[in-house]
Amino acid sequence: MPLSTQSEAGDDQYILVASLDNVRNLSNILKAITLNDHALFNATPNGLKVTVEDSKCLQANAFIQADIFQEFTIREDSVGFLVNLTVLLDCLTIFGGSTVPGVTTALRMCYNGYGYPLTLFLEEGGVVTVCKINTQEPEEPIDFDFCSTNVTNKVILQSESLREAFSELDMTSEVLQITMSPSQPYFRLSTFGNSGNAHYDYPKDSDMMELFQCTKTQTNRYKMSLLKPSTKALALSSKVSVRTDNRGFLSLQYLVRNDDGQICFVEYYCCPDEEVEVE
Amino acid sequence: MRFRAKMVDVGCLNNFTRVVNTISKLTKTCTLRLTTDNLFFMLSDKVANGGVSMWCELSQQGNFFDEFQLEGVSAEANEIYLELQPENLSRALRTAQNAKSLKIKLTKKHCPCLTLAAELPSLSSVSRVVTHDIPVDVIPRRLWQDFKEPIVPDFDVSIYLPPLKTMKNVVDRMKNLSQHLVLEANLNGEMNLKIETDLVSVSTHFKDLGNPSWGDDGSQGPSRDRAPEVMAHTRVDIKKLQQFLAGQQVNPSKAMCNIVNKRMVHFILLHEDVSLQYFIPAVA
Repeated sequence: MPLSTQSEAGDDQYILVASLDNVRNLSNILKAITLNDHALFNATPNGLKVTVEDSKCLQANAFIQADIFQEFTIREDSVGFLVNLTVLLDCLTIFGGSTVPGVTTALRMCYNGYGYPLTLFLEEGGVVTVCKINTQEPEEPIDFDFCSTNVTNKVILQSESLREAFSELDMTSEVLQITMSPSQPYFRLSTFGNSGNAHYDYPKDSDMMELFQCTKTQTNRYKMSLLKPSTKALALSSKVSVRTDNRGFLSLQYLVRNDDGQICFVEYYCCPDEEVEVE
Repeated sequence: MRFRAKMVDVGCLNNFTRVVNTISKLTKTCTLRLTTDNLFFMLSDKVANGGVSMWCELSQQGNFFDEFQLEGVSAEANEIYLELQPENLSRALRTAQNAKSLKIKLTKKHCPCLTLAAELPSLSSVSRVVTHDIPVDVIPRRLWQDFKEPIVPDFDVSIYLPPLKTMKNVVDRMKNLSQHLVLEANLNGEMNLKIETDLVSVSTHFKDLGNPSWGDDGSQGPSRDRAPEVMAHTRVDIKKLQQFLAGQQVNPSKAMCNIVNKRMVHFILLHEDVSLQYFIPAVA
């Protein structure tokens, strides 16, 4: 009832309306960036970008292109607001986020502009849920100034191979050291934990390595605690691009295929932990 | 006082186990009342448990038990009241899952016990029997009056519940967001679950649920003069509701709910020979 009458009657007043036949296409990708509660939404005619930050050192972005949505109407060039991500996810999965084929929750998401709540209409099997999530003033996200022209090293891997490595990483290590080099060891993950040091090497001609573009030997350390949340994105993704720039900043881009086979991206930026002497 | 009963049918055993499991999820201690016709699991409304009360009735009549012998405290009061922890009973029944037969009897060991002896299938001719002694307190007759069958309250609206799984999913999420929930329903077969906090307001709308008829004339008893679209509502502790939905293993053929405006919600689950009633009081 509210889905058909209420929302359509008031569509004119909304500056943003987005509909999805399967809410999992949004909820899954948002789960991949749950670092903390503050999620910055930024909608443009191209689609939706959701940003979450942690400790001013880590930023996670999820991109959901406009054509993923069955309807995506925006009346301004850019619409931004801040919502509580945990609350949003509870709302999106109000019907349990069932994975049973044929049972999907439809979503209609509306935003009225500054000061208004984010309104969600969810429907599954004739049952309708209306959520009004209070929004806050958007903050400017940190600009990591990660520019593709400054990228020194880049590899693209099948996520499967990195998942295996991440699941075996020694979590007692405070840092994860990533070495990328045009010569041996090419691409190496190292940990320094209680029970010793471990290195995980990927040969550059491995089947799992889709692209190998390393121009300079670079070794950087990243806080394990910061990288850990990115495993959620890794678990969902099919490919991952690992890049570092001349300052040692790390960019992880995950290609995520949703239930309908469409592609979305999740991106993590992470500051290096400390300077490491080039060996 | 004597009580002994025997169960052989696997279906009955499973049914009985499910009922006991459900009860053990709802309460730590309860009263088991044995009569010649029925078994009752009861929890009366004490302030200590948040005013929640429960009444579960298993009609005996040869459906659950193949043998059932009961001698109550006296000829005119042919009943036994025991206090026990349903979790113990549930745990004992877990080992009796594939039992060929299950005997339940009231015994006097170091203390009064309900003794469950499960005869498990065995490859050799020697039988394997697992015995559980569950300590119970025998409730003296002078206290029996505390355990009266709850009267179906004069409700404002009675409504059939939506699939309990759906309701459970919704209430689970709402519990993450809020402590209290407003349950409201009207005589148009519509029911809403609502929460409201500083961060978010969520309302889930169910429709076409149907309203059971209670009166002899097919009308809704006390609520017959009510306008069909007007909601009766009650605000409850979301944990109590969630507990009820999460623990329930009865798979009822009929599930309904009576709302006494601003006072309480009364749930009734019916499944063959089992009826379970659960009362959640309103919170301010």
